[in-house]
Amino acid sequence: MKTRYSYGGDEHIFVEMDEEMSLDAFFKSLAMSNAAKDANIDGVREICPANASFQVRYDPDVIAPEDMMAKLKEFEEKAINAEKRLETRIIEVPVFYQDPWTHECVMRFRERHQDPSGTDLDYAARINGYDSVEAFIEAHHSAPWFVSMVGFVSGLPFLYQLVEREKQLQVPKYLKPRTDTPKQTVGYGGCFSCVYSVRGAGGYQMFGITPMTIFDADQKVSYLRDFMVFFKPGDIVKWKPIDRAEYDRILKAIEDGTYTPRIAEVTFDLEDFNTDMDGTNAKLMEALNDV
Amino acid sequence: MTFEVIKPGLLTTIQDLGRPGYFHLGIPEGGAMDRAAMRIANMLVGNPEDAAGLEAVFMGPELTFNDDALVAVAGAEMPVYVDDEERDCWSSFPVKAGQTLKFGYLKSGARIYIAIAGGIDTPPALGSRATYPIGALGGFEGRALAAGDTVPVGKAGARAKERKLDRSLLAKQPKPAELRVLPGLYWHRLTQGSQKQFFADEWKVAPEADRMGYRFRGGNPMEFVEREQPFGAGSDPSNIVDGCYSYGSIQIPGGTEPIVLHRDAVSGGGYFTIGAIISADMDLIGQLQPNMPVKFRQVDMQQSLNARHERSARLERIRAALA
Repeated sequence: MKTRYSYGGDEHIFVEMDEEMSLDAFFKSLAMSNAAKDANIDGVREICPANASFQVRYDPDVIAPEDMMAKLKEFEEKAINAEKRLETRIIEVPVFYQDPWTHECVMRFRERHQDPSGTDLDYAARINGYDSVEAFIEAHHSAPWFVSMVGFVSGLPFLYQLVEREKQLQVPKYLKPRTDTPKQTVGYGGCFSCVYSVRGAGGYQMFGITPMTIFDADQKVSYLRDFMVFFKPGDIVKWKPIDRAEYDRILKAIEDGTYTPRIAEVTFDLEDFNTDMDGTNAKLMEALNDV
Repeated sequence: MTFEVIKPGLLTTIQDLGRPGYFHLGIPEGGAMDRAAMRIANMLVGNPEDAAGLEAVFMGPELTFNDDALVAVAGAEMPVYVDDEERDCWSSFPVKAGQTLKFGYLKSGARIYIAIAGGIDTPPALGSRATYPIGALGGFEGRALAAGDTVPVGKAGARAKERKLDRSLLAKQPKPAELRVLPGLYWHRLTQGSQKQFFADEWKVAPEADRMGYRFRGGNPMEFVEREQPFGAGSDPSNIVDGCYSYGSIQIPGGTEPIVLHRDAVSGGGYFTIGAIISADMDLIGQLQPNMPVKFRQVDMQQSLNARHERSARLERIRAALA
């Protein structure tokens, strides 16, 4: 891992833990951004953690850019030795794969895609060496995922698959970003899955849709009354494939206020995970089954 | 007091100076694209500078006032009328109950700012009245104004009186427009030839230019320094492991058309960025029309800070003049 620091104009400093994605890079970034937050530096406006990097927005009228840079560099040593363990939650997120709404959108933006002749799923399955779309979908939902960043638009989670690197799915982003994506589309770009929290532009491949609201500005959805954004970095997600009937049922339950996402409290320890991925994942999913 | 929206124009939204603090959740700061114009419009009617007003792009709205009001228009050059009588831009003027504020055709710039003494009084969302339509936050029911909307305005303060700005206090804009860039972020991904070319080329504002980002066309495609793509980034050389984006940062998906991220920008994503427009030039972008020629000019940190100070000093002079 090689940390790289850069100014983003005169108001931002960007710190990249590593060019490539890994949970080690995520945990180091989280530790550094937390240390920067805890330090309450005068002039810091906002700290945005990301997958393998983070960004600090500051007011250069209050703190000189080089001083801000020097302060951030001080946190790096601390971050290396920080504990890589999180008290977090595992959440079951239902997904209707190959749904009609993302399919319509997939077809509408064909000319912006690497392979205009098929669908995003056909393409993703093929380049990841799967014989069928079904086998690829199975690989997408069989192991849990880790929310390594929240952002892009209103509360959108980026998720990193908790499997060995050789098994991780990778797909490119669209050649040119789309101007439209259905709300709650489950997307894929690079090694990340995401849920588009709202309708809008997007560059990820589209695999399916979840009926579960994850952003609600009006906070009318029962489980979003405390805050309008559902996900936080460190959350763990287990996709659950559902069909159209189940999709409609959940959608209605959310409207009625009777839907409660399945959630269990868990501890995630990076060392334990690296030593025994299958065992750690089994334990995570067990916690969910006990709910 | 209230006013009625008779015609909304092309896209008229309630804006203020934005809602900082939620970018880490993907909720942008938002607020007026041209912050200086919004501040000046508020100063002209004696409002606090962060009061909420209207931002209208390319075309003015038509608004009928239900009560007497003091109004000011700043930003782009667009003829202003109260009923059929013309009023001056960069000045405040009374509008009587029953009168209608209207606008002529845009002459230059892209966005006008309308301030009303007392400020627009819709409920704030996460501390701001700025409209963020994608997240249905703030503004009027989380959306742009539509015909038939009745918009509430607060009570005018003691400082509400007619004022006029001496336009010589405003910054002169070069032609073609010039946007100063501090290279950084993923600048090293471009070849030296491409780095030079980016600043040598003349670019044009593309039709896809909005509050989220301004796209530019007409320059040469980028050439990337060769590398094996890092794990998780995606296979295109313009792809990175998704990270945070800086406001004003310039991303170039596929290496072809630069996009400058603006007030309603996405907070992060997987396209590389080559640096950022300096804070002093962000307001300027919101006044660029599609097809306008633009040059990017390279600056260093000291020049960015000098420009920032000059901008603050100019605003301070305007504040003093309109006190």
